[in-house]
Amino acid sequence: MSAVFVGLPRRMVEVTLDGRQTRVPEGSTLLEACRQQGIETPTLCYLENLTPVNVCRVCVVEVEGSRALVPACSRPVEPGMVVHTDSERVRTSRRLVLELLASSVDLSLAGPEVERWMRSYGADPGRFGPPAPPRGAGERDRARAGEHLAPDGASAETVAQPAKVDNQSYVRDYSRCILCYKCVEACGVDAQNTFAIAVAGRGFDARISTEFDVGLPDSACVYCGNCIGVCPTGALMFKSEYDLRRSGAWDESRQTVTTTVCPYCGVGCNLELHVQDNRIVKVTSPLDHDVTRGHLCVKGRFGFPFVQAAPEKDESGLGPAGGE
Amino acid sequence: MDLRLGVGGAATEAERAAVDVVLGPPESGWEGGGRRPIDGHVAFGGRAARARRHLLLPALHALQDRVGWISRGGLDYVCTRLTVPPAEAYGVASAYALLRLEPGPTTVVHVCDDIACRAVGAESLCRVLERRYGPAGEAGNGRAAAWMRSPCLGQCDHGSAAFLQRAGERPRRRVVAPVDADLVGAMLEGRDPGPPGPDRAPRVRGDGSGLRLLRRIGVVDPTSLDSYRAQGGYQALRRALELGPAGVIREIEDAKLLGRGGAAFPTALKWRAVATSPVRPRYVVCNADESEPGTFKDRVLMEWDPFAVIESLTVMGFACGAERGYVYIRGEYPLAEERLRRAVEEARARGLLGPDVLGRGFPFEVEVRRGAGAYIAGEETALFNSIEGRRPEPRNKPPFPAQSGLFGKPTAINNVETLVNVLEILREGGPAFAGLGTAGSTGTRLFCVSGSVERPGLYELPFGVTLRRLLELAGCPRPGHTLRAVLLGGAAGSFVDPGALDTPLTFEGLRSIGASLGSGVVMPLDHTVDIADICRRIARFFRDESCGQCVPCRVGTVRQEELLERLARGRPLGSAAQETALLQDLGAVMRDASICGLGQTAANAIQSAVRLGLIGAAPAGGGRR
Repeated sequence: MSAVFVGLPRRMVEVTLDGRQTRVPEGSTLLEACRQQGIETPTLCYLENLTPVNVCRVCVVEVEGSRALVPACSRPVEPGMVVHTDSERVRTSRRLVLELLASSVDLSLAGPEVERWMRSYGADPGRFGPPAPPRGAGERDRARAGEHLAPDGASAETVAQPAKVDNQSYVRDYSRCILCYKCVEACGVDAQNTFAIAVAGRGFDARISTEFDVGLPDSACVYCGNCIGVCPTGALMFKSEYDLRRSGAWDESRQTVTTTVCPYCGVGCNLELHVQDNRIVKVTSPLDHDVTRGHLCVKGRFGFPFVQAAPEKDESGLGPAGGE
Repeated sequence: MDLRLGVGGAATEAERAAVDVVLGPPESGWEGGGRRPIDGHVAFGGRAARARRHLLLPALHALQDRVGWISRGGLDYVCTRLTVPPAEAYGVASAYALLRLEPGPTTVVHVCDDIACRAVGAESLCRVLERRYGPAGEAGNGRAAAWMRSPCLGQCDHGSAAFLQRAGERPRRRVVAPVDADLVGAMLEGRDPGPPGPDRAPRVRGDGSGLRLLRRIGVVDPTSLDSYRAQGGYQALRRALELGPAGVIREIEDAKLLGRGGAAFPTALKWRAVATSPVRPRYVVCNADESEPGTFKDRVLMEWDPFAVIESLTVMGFACGAERGYVYIRGEYPLAEERLRRAVEEARARGLLGPDVLGRGFPFEVEVRRGAGAYIAGEETALFNSIEGRRPEPRNKPPFPAQSGLFGKPTAINNVETLVNVLEILREGGPAFAGLGTAGSTGTRLFCVSGSVERPGLYELPFGVTLRRLLELAGCPRPGHTLRAVLLGGAAGSFVDPGALDTPLTFEGLRSIGASLGSGVVMPLDHTVDIADICRRIARFFRDESCGQCVPCRVGTVRQEELLERLARGRPLGSAAQETALLQDLGAVMRDASICGLGQTAANAIQSAVRLGLIGAAPAGGGRR
């Protein structure tokens, strides 16, 4: 039996969360402390396997002595902190953040949790007026810093625009993008080190972009799909899923998820194959898997067609190329 | 790093040459130079090239100045030289208003239509320009010149202002104020108005008790170190070297100096936190990215007393134990930049900067960095990111700059005015300095007075003077005019009522009426000014200048502008009460949940205007009272 290093013992820090005294390990964040106490804290830009960027501001909490609210996801606990997670100020800010996002971004694929938060905070995105008509393809990508068309106020500006479909692997539908920076982090320092995408532009015109908005085939993208894996709103999506959704055939209730090990190399990445009607429709990896932390490479993520290139129409027994 | 380069075509000779001036010639095939036999065996670049990432913005400037835009080939070449992913470099370039990413006119005249210029008729100038030269921003039919609307150019004491940006072999950047449509037209047609001569110093004013920070303005020759020394220059540095770092900080503590950039943080605390940090190297930074609409004090100091800025930064470096200081100056201040660069060179040549300052074994270097049109870069952590060659996005605090600032190292950063105060403190001693002003606000303050006044300009008065007294000095209200409100602190500040004129201008006095002096803007507006229009310009400003990182500010500033447009058009959504509630909510989330001061103050002025009844959510015509 070999020794396993379990880390140095951590000092405990005493903090007060919603009136309850609690002890949490030094260095943990307020979010971790809240979760340990069973206090639900909404998050959008936070993910366990990425560096917190604290930009969505939906996790803000009130710390006594601090002028503004602080993001729970990145703020480390300090001894004696007195924290309120459900004060009027916190509720107002969380409600407004959800309203602002929902009024400008298509959140319909952001999952049931977001819907539940919208209800529990009483968010009403319609307060800002009817959504403005979508922008044309590439229009938002050409926006220049420091300039914008004067609004008339009759409708609420949104990020709606046509989806970018420029390759066979995945689709970028930025009308669903909340600019959580997760894909940029996964493409860059937090996982893939490819840096094919970055945030470009400024203000409301900030967007995820390749250099000069070139298509993915002309960019540095290596199609690892780790950006899809971390996208919380369905802005980045397998082409297979996108096509099924468009044809109305996507049905999660008919899907099974099979965990397996990637067959390509010896690293041993866990794959979760999402299967509908006996076809693989997307591939994910568990966030808590020691090897992948949720991240895969192009082979594990997209290299599955061979599984289903089975001789459906080919009865010669010679494989996919047999007919020629 | 998966760099994919060379897809969009090669850089032209001109582009490469411009970049090479900043980065030096490429040393290997890896860096985009000629391919040598050894390049096939050994990789060059990598970590060493990435360590020069901070040269990204200067290299982008070089492209913009040479060819008028940043082409794919040009960007690729910079990326090759610095091993920066093109997507990131594009992200950086697209965050700045003065960098173009599509081919365009080589001459652009940016005409200020911001609040101060607006109050004296900038909009009518813009309408003339529209008639004569077409809509703002459109070069049209391949014309080589275009005019654009610009946020504040820091010339508020002159009336309308314009900033000429001309690319070419001999690039030109000039700010002219005052301008009229003819002068803008001449610049569009290729005229270079030239820099103002050393005799064109602005008139600075006090209340007769003697100028301190502004003492040398118009007296010294800003291009001559000897002239500066003849006026007592570099005495403060000698005094600092006698006192030692801890002694300097003690004097500043005794002086109770508070930061003049807007946050009013005790300067001594900042410096001491850096000076006592165990981490090295440390940095000191002079924040000269003065972009708050209505503010021009730092420009005047840098243009007309540049050695004072360099001397005080040297003192700061000495006190904080830093060997390198940066001055980050906004791109719209070409004259100030030129004079500072010249001052740095002259100081270096005379041993006042360099490996052994004044022969006392203290090494200190100063580097001047130019911004590229981003108000947000004046936020201290966004400024660090900008110097580092990253997007000018504010960082979350804590950690504060004193722990982790520029390049992740302990950094002290102060505004120009704050720094120049240090010279006064060393000249007369901390306690004497603290004797001036009030107990909570010591020393003097620079007030940038513009708007509806007879004598706009830069005023230096001891803290504690009342707003009424300052307005009297500036000639406000003008005869036959009725004062309606005073905008204090610029776009991020707030309106105060004429009823509050007896408030003493101190940090604590203004706090008690819910206002703040911010960067020292005092802009009285009388009945000739459409305050609703000023509010809409402020809303537009924040919509344009938000970095886009956090939701409250990115979307909140858009919704705020939309709401004001509805009010102006008399078409509220639902009832007036609903609109008021919406405005309150937007203010609350921006103030409470934004990452940085920009978002936290983006609703200030508008909310105060509503509180004072200057704009209202009345159903019809409520925006135009």
